[in-house]
Amino acid sequence: MSVDAHKTIIIGSGPAGLTAAIYAARANLEPLVLEGEPSSTSDQPGGQLMLTTDVENYPGFPDGVMGPELMQMFRDQAQRFGAELVTVRASRVDLSSRPFGVWVGDPEASEPTYRGETIIISTGAQSLMLGLPNENELVGHGLSTCATCDGFFFRDLEIAVVGGGDSALEEAIFLTKFASKVTVIHRRDELRASKIMQDRAFANPKIEFRWNSRVVEYCGDTKLSGVVVEDTSTGEREELSFAGVFVAIGHKPNTWLFDGQLPLKDNGYLLTEPDSSRTLIDGVFACGDVQDDYYRQAITAAGSGCQAAIDAERWLEANED
Amino acid sequence: MAEGITHLTTDTFDEEIGRAAGPVLVDFWAEWCGPCKMIAPVLEELAGELDGQVAIAKVNVDDAPDIARRFEVMSIPTLIVFNEGAPAKRMVGAKGKAALLDDLGEFIG
Repeated sequence: MSVDAHKTIIIGSGPAGLTAAIYAARANLEPLVLEGEPSSTSDQPGGQLMLTTDVENYPGFPDGVMGPELMQMFRDQAQRFGAELVTVRASRVDLSSRPFGVWVGDPEASEPTYRGETIIISTGAQSLMLGLPNENELVGHGLSTCATCDGFFFRDLEIAVVGGGDSALEEAIFLTKFASKVTVIHRRDELRASKIMQDRAFANPKIEFRWNSRVVEYCGDTKLSGVVVEDTSTGEREELSFAGVFVAIGHKPNTWLFDGQLPLKDNGYLLTEPDSSRTLIDGVFACGDVQDDYYRQAITAAGSGCQAAIDAERWLEANED
Repeated sequence: MAEGITHLTTDTFDEEIGRAAGPVLVDFWAEWCGPCKMIAPVLEELAGELDGQVAIAKVNVDDAPDIARRFEVMSIPTLIVFNEGAPAKRMVGAKGKAALLDDLGEFIG
């Protein structure tokens, strides 16, 4: 059984995907948005902002806005113009011929679930973990990937945040609402985070820094009790006790769906043409954090989502049969 | 609130879990937890579909921190299946309906 082709299918529903949906819907492309499935690893519907609290740098909200609330507004706006949103995760794509095939559920099924004349990829990025042996077992047992979800459980306890960027400092500052002390463990002797976040973190009496330290081991079998850190200059190791550890060392783009079909940059992000959302396959566009290894902001993701929808619209116009 | 989902409190938890005839899936959640909100509609669907096989209940960790502490919940959403009054299976983190049904396979006839 073959399925009717949509004019455009948008895979992913963060700021990039939903902005693309708003623009595509207003251009009468009747976009189908595969928004993903619930998860706690920042690849869920709504994207990374779903795991944050206050967003202070999104223009138009002088008093800030809660991340999940902002994404709900994006979603409502896309639906208002007729975007069709489905809460499923794509399991396979076939970009070898048009209309392109997209599967949900069983990736081995002979026919794709959906077909699209164009595809807009906005699958975003998800949090990186340290990759230590007992990591998966300890998530939810003292090891966390979501400060806003789990900070509550560490009231008056000593915890650590691993990382040195904006997300690490945001988490550390947020966690001081609960914890008695937050140690930021960072492998360098200076932070990558923005100046304003650094100033706030340095001024916070509950935050301490452990510089030049790499986490090499999680302590505890069924419940985390601390970490072993290695000094990056001397190699010396020390065990530190923490009731909880939050990992915020960065993100990796969600590109596995396109393995072998779309070229990546050396650092693993999807390759797009300069100043455009076009990928190397005609009719396939990419926007947001899956292709942005430099800015990675909600506002730049939204901007690139707009570009992708306009690129798709013009491509469809030029290629009309 | 959807029919079929029981909200358990510090006062009712032991009695309700103790007298349940079959397995009960308890969702530990809070208002401020994004992923918890994402799985709420999935649990409502499951409450309807699994009626008679697995009961669905919720514990708000803000209102009942003692219950969360007792079962060492340190991350939400955490879903614990209680069978014959005791924890039988624990799932941490939000996931989609198909994955949840997979996890509940052993409790579904």
